[in-house]
Amino acid sequence: MALTREQLAQRVAQELQDGYYVNLGIGIPTLVANYIPEGIEVMLQSENGLLGMGQFPTEAEIDADLINAGKQTVTMAKGASIFDSAQSFAMIRGGHVDLTVLGAFEVDINGNIASYMIPGKLIKGMGGAMDLVAGADNIIVTMTHASKHGVSKLLSNCTLPLTGKGCIKRVLTDLAFIEIKNGKFYLLERAPGVSVAEIISLTEGELVVEGDVPEMQL
Amino acid sequence: MAGFDKVVSSYEEAMAGLKDNMTVIAGGFGLCGIPENLIREIQRKGTKGLTLVSNNCGVDDFGLGILLPNRQIKKIIASYVGENAEFERQMMNGELEVELTPQGTLAEKMRAGGAGIPAFFTATGYGTPVAEGKEEREFDGRHYILEPAIKGDFAIVKAWKADRYGNLVFRKTARNFNPMAATAGKITVVEVEEIVEPGELDPDHIHTPGIYVNRLILGTFEKRIEQRTVRSDSE
Repeated sequence: MALTREQLAQRVAQELQDGYYVNLGIGIPTLVANYIPEGIEVMLQSENGLLGMGQFPTEAEIDADLINAGKQTVTMAKGASIFDSAQSFAMIRGGHVDLTVLGAFEVDINGNIASYMIPGKLIKGMGGAMDLVAGADNIIVTMTHASKHGVSKLLSNCTLPLTGKGCIKRVLTDLAFIEIKNGKFYLLERAPGVSVAEIISLTEGELVVEGDVPEMQL
Repeated sequence: MAGFDKVVSSYEEAMAGLKDNMTVIAGGFGLCGIPENLIREIQRKGTKGLTLVSNNCGVDDFGLGILLPNRQIKKIIASYVGENAEFERQMMNGELEVELTPQGTLAEKMRAGGAGIPAFFTATGYGTPVAEGKEEREFDGRHYILEPAIKGDFAIVKAWKADRYGNLVFRKTARNFNPMAATAGKITVVEVEEIVEPGELDPDHIHTPGIYVNRLILGTFEKRIEQRTVRSDSE
C-alpha cells in the first residue's frame, strides 16, 4: 500500500534528532510536527521570521501578528525567537538549519528539483523554496512517486523549471525512500506491501536496487 | 515637523510626493504586518505605473491587491503571488509584469539596497530560471549568481510602536520584511499602532533606528487573517 500523507510525515519524523533546528514546508512536511518522537527536542523554523513555532492557537490565543510561512495562525513554543526576513534567510542560506523538509513536482537523478512552477498553469512563485534548497545540506523531499495517471516524478531529467540544481540527496515518496548519488537513484526502503517491481516500473530515472530492500517501519 | 520629530497628521501628508512610475517597497508577509492604510492612501491618490516590491501582493480586497482594479501597478517584484483572481487575470493577459524573486534573495536585495551594497552573490537560484541573464561565479567550488540590490523611491512600513523620532519596534511575525524595507526607501513612511515620546522606548529594544524613517503616522488597523487555523481547547 502506498503511504498516506500521515504515514509520509511519520517516516520523515524518524529522521529527526535531538536538538535539531528544522524547517518544514507547506503540505505534508507541516504534518511532520505531529510526529516528533518522544524524548527529543526539535525547534521548528518558519521562514517568515520565527524559530520555535508552537502548535495552532485556540480561538482565544489567535493573534493576527503571529503566523507561519503558510500564513496560518500559530503560537510560539517555549524558547522561541522572532527575527526579520533577512535574518531568517541568513539562517537558511548560511546552513544553520539542520533539516529541511519540502515538497516537489519532480526530482531527477542529478539531484535537481522542480517544485514551484508549471508554465501556463501554475505560476505562484517559489516563496522561500529556492533559498531552502540552495542553503540546506540535509534536505528530505516528500512527494508522490507518480501522477494519478502513473507518470513517474522521479526522472532522468526534470521537465519543469528548476527550483534548485544538484541539491537533493534524499526523497521520500508514497512508495519508497530513495537516496540520490553518483547520478542515480538508490532504493533504500519500500513502503509496506509495495513491491520492488512496482517501484521500478514507476521510476523513470535509473534506479539501483541492492540486495533485499527493507520495508519501512512505521 | 521639527528636529527629529517624524510624526505627520494625515495619510495625505504621509504619502505626499508619490508620483506615477515610482518604485515602492512594501513590508509585510501575506497580510501580516502590511501597511494597510498607506496602501489605501495610494489607492485613493490613484498613482499609476508603480513598480511594487513586496513579498506578496495581498488579496482581492485587502493589501496591495486593492491597487489592481484601477491598474495602478505596472510591475511587481515578489516571491509568491496569485492569492487573488484579478492578479492572475492581469498577469495572464500581460497587463502586469511579474518578476518572481526568491524570498531570501528579495529580503537581501532590500537589505543591500539600504546598506549601500549594490549587488551580492548568492547560491539561491543558480541553475534555475532566476539565474537567466545574471553573472555567475564560483567560490570554493560552489556556484553563485549576482543579484542586484533594490532601492525604492518610497518604502511603506508597518511597525507596532514608535517614538516621535521614528525609532521602531515591531511585534511578533509582523516584523518580516518591514525592517529591510524601512532602510531601502528614499522616503520611508511608517504607520504604527502607538506613538510614544522619545526616551520612552528602551534603546536596547529598538529594532529599526529612526535614522531610516522620514515620516511616521498613527493608524488603526484591521489586521486581517489569511488562514485562520485553530486547535480545539481540549487538545
